[in-house]
Amino acid sequence: MEADWIWGLGGGLLIGLGGAVYLLGNGRIMGASGILGGLLDGSGKSTAAERSAFLAGVVLVPLLIGLATERTPDTHVTGNAAVLIAAGLLVGIGTRVANGCTSGHGVCGISRLSLRGIAATAVFMLAGILTLAVLRQILGVI
Amino acid sequence: MLRMLLALGAGGLFGAGLMLSGMTDTAKVQGWLDIFGNWDPTLAFVMGGALLPMALAWRLTEGRRPAAGGSFPAPPKAELDRRLILGSVLFGAGWGLAGLCPGPAIASLSYNGWEGALFFTAMACGMLAAPALSRHLDRAAANA
Repeated sequence: MEADWIWGLGGGLLIGLGGAVYLLGNGRIMGASGILGGLLDGSGKSTAAERSAFLAGVVLVPLLIGLATERTPDTHVTGNAAVLIAAGLLVGIGTRVANGCTSGHGVCGISRLSLRGIAATAVFMLAGILTLAVLRQILGVI
Repeated sequence: MLRMLLALGAGGLFGAGLMLSGMTDTAKVQGWLDIFGNWDPTLAFVMGGALLPMALAWRLTEGRRPAAGGSFPAPPKAELDRRLILGSVLFGAGWGLAGLCPGPAIASLSYNGWEGALFFTAMACGMLAAPALSRHLDRAAANA
C-alpha cells in the first residue's frame, strides 16, 4: 500500500509519455474515448488504421505484461450487471457528447491549459464525487 | 507505416501506464472520488505524472511539425458549451458508478473478466448512441 503513490506516479509518467509520442509523432491528441468512438461511429474513418493500431497497443501491452509477470492487477470491478450496463452507457454517451474523457480533456487538455479541458475535468470529477457521496455514503448501494 | 508504429507504441505506453498506475483498479478510482469516505490520493500522482511529459510535449510542438507528417492540432476553442458540460456530468456519474473510464476499460480488457467486457460493450453502445444526442443539443443551441 505504501508504494501505491510510486506506482501511480510511474504509471502516470508512462501515460503522459504515450500522449507525447502520439502528439509529437502523429500530431494527434491522445483521447481514449475519441479514438475508440470515432472508429465506432465512422467519424474517424480516414484515420481508422492509426486508431486501430493505437487501440491494439492499449490492449496488447497489458496482456503481454500479464503473461510475462504472471500477475495482473485486481480490478475490484463490481459483479452487478445492471450497474455495469448503466455506467458503461453513461460513460460512452457522456464522453462522446463532451468530446473527451480523462485522457483527452484531463491529461491532454489540462497540460495545454485548455479552458474546455480544465472545465470538463472539473465537471466530471465533481459528478463522480457527487455519485460516490450519494450512492455510497448516503444510500450505501455501491 | 511510421504512423502505425508510433500509434502502436503510444497505445502500448498508455496501456502499460494505466495498468501499472492503478487506474484499472476500480477501488482506487472510486476511492479517489469518495472524498467523504476512505479517500485514496493515488490518482493525484497518476495525473501529476501524466501531465509532466504532456506539458513538455505541447511546448515542443512550437515551430515544429509532427514526426510522421501532417500538422499539430489547432489551438483549443475558448468557449464552453452545453454539450461539454452535460456530457461531462453524464460521464462523471458513470465513472463514479463503476470506477472505469474509457482508457482503463480498454486497457483492462484482457484481465477484467466478463464484468469488464460487459462494461466495454455498454460503453461502445453509448458511443454509438451519442451522435444523436449531440445533434439534438447542437440544434437546441443553434435555435437558442
